[in-house]
Amino acid sequence: MFDNTYKQIVIISGKGGTGKTTLSAALASLIDKKVIIDCDVDAANLYLILKPEIIHSYEFYGGKRASINRSKCEECGICETVCRFDAINNYTINQLSCEGCGLCFRICPYGAIQFNTKKSGYYFECELPDKSKFYYAKLLPGEGNSGKLVSEIKRKALENISSDIEWVIVDGPPGVGCPVNASIAAADYAVIVTEPTVSGIHDLTRLVQLLNTFKIHAGIVINKYDLNENITSQIIKYANSENIPIIGTIPFDIEFVNALINKENVVDTNEKIRKEIQTIWRQLELQIEISIN
Amino acid sequence: MQEFDLIISIASGKGGTGKTTIAASLASVIPECVYIDCDVEEPNGHLFLKPKFISEEKAEKLLPHINQDKCKFCGKCVSVCEFNALINLKFEIVLFEEMCHSCGACKYFCPLKIITERVKEIGIVRVGITKNEIIFADGVLNIGEASASPLIKEVKKKIVKGKTNIIDSPPGTSCSMVEAIKDSDFCILVTESTPFGLNDLKLAIDVLRAIDIPFSVVINKYDSSFTEMENYLRKANIDVLLKIPFDRKYAESYSEGTLPINKYPELKKDFIRLYNRIKEKLGLEKINV
Repeated sequence: MFDNTYKQIVIISGKGGTGKTTLSAALASLIDKKVIIDCDVDAANLYLILKPEIIHSYEFYGGKRASINRSKCEECGICETVCRFDAINNYTINQLSCEGCGLCFRICPYGAIQFNTKKSGYYFECELPDKSKFYYAKLLPGEGNSGKLVSEIKRKALENISSDIEWVIVDGPPGVGCPVNASIAAADYAVIVTEPTVSGIHDLTRLVQLLNTFKIHAGIVINKYDLNENITSQIIKYANSENIPIIGTIPFDIEFVNALINKENVVDTNEKIRKEIQTIWRQLELQIEISIN
Repeated sequence: MQEFDLIISIASGKGGTGKTTIAASLASVIPECVYIDCDVEEPNGHLFLKPKFISEEKAEKLLPHINQDKCKFCGKCVSVCEFNALINLKFEIVLFEEMCHSCGACKYFCPLKIITERVKEIGIVRVGITKNEIIFADGVLNIGEASASPLIKEVKKKIVKGKTNIIDSPPGTSCSMVEAIKDSDFCILVTESTPFGLNDLKLAIDVLRAIDIPFSVVINKYDSSFTEMENYLRKANIDVLLKIPFDRKYAESYSEGTLPINKYPELKKDFIRLYNRIKEKLGLEKINV
């Protein structure tokens, strides 16, 4: 697992809006010899803080979509009866419902169905002001296959990685579904960002179950820990019972919002917060060291 | 009171903007309302509406079952699978369950007709009722199950015709969000006063325009110093139906599982007004305040 010279850290949360991207941006500012990948391809935000320069953009083809050529269609309706996604109605294929399975295309007795690859988005290879590499993506509106795009962007970022890179930071998407699985794949360590709310702890427990199936070591950062100290202590108790270390806590601080509104990296504008995040990073390095041995 | 056959979805590109808070609060002011939580990866609505569950059913998907004893390993099934879910080892056809989309192509094209189908549980669909008589439904995706859309489809079967249905969508802008919000009469996009909120709002607006659903915006955690948001919305001619100020007391109330509307009654009028404005937009009759 550790045959690479670099360590891959994925930042995830289950629940959205707990502070994954803010933490990823802060870590990006604190460490050198790194590659940063934004794997929240549905709603990429990290670039707004890191201000990268795009050096190469790639097209992403997620899958195929079927469509009916009406001039060849004899209106037999076989396609409609075999489609399991209710995508075909009145000899028209709803592009949003079409799953791209190709069954209709292969079955049509008149060769009236086209089945073509479809561009589903873009991804970008970028350079940050400190010359580090950064990758992010843009899925076209309503497209699926976000898990595949995550895999593709990670492959691109890692295939020609420079040998002096020590850290790969992956900013993950919310949830526990396919793009999350793709983000976690091959990570050496997962940082879970949670918050002391009933939904934060609920989603945390689901995410930990998922991580257990991947057998990846993880540590928890409790953001806004002082918002509800009662739930914070529940999270700590839960983490202990699961044998997951708490690697840091961050207070509920309006300075985070103020920095964000100005599109600034909070660790670059606030010395106190920089020190807090540095402490978390040291703890994180330590825990990764422990998990390897 | 006669209510309306209506589906209102609550969505946002970004996670954590307050979809569930808005959806559950809105459901709380609508008489005889139905609340459907389609965020099956991380369902949270039940933590705030606290329904009494009255039924729980398994949601399943179909997977091919290949009779390996009779198989001649011709590979037809592998060649028609667009999702690379099958591999032909020449002595066995291996299925990767999580890659399978249950389209049935392998079964249909198997020349020996030795592929049948079996069901696999992907999660559960729960139905309940809250203290103030909101009909509640949600779905809980099994951990490790990659695809949320089939379960979202099952949860949406709990939509009640003739009533006002509130759909709480998962975050993002991809297939599961579209699955949740399609067929809605109206969509509320919830955003927050930050560049992240604005960026993801624009992505969500692109989706709604692509699928042609009327929408307006609610700004949660509103901070007037972030002027970019309102400048953008004004230029794009998009209505803001409600602004909820950034306030630590609302965050604290949320943290303990209490909807701010139940603790701070001043918010109740705002949500009634929100519902009335949605109905105005759709040309329906107002409820009494």
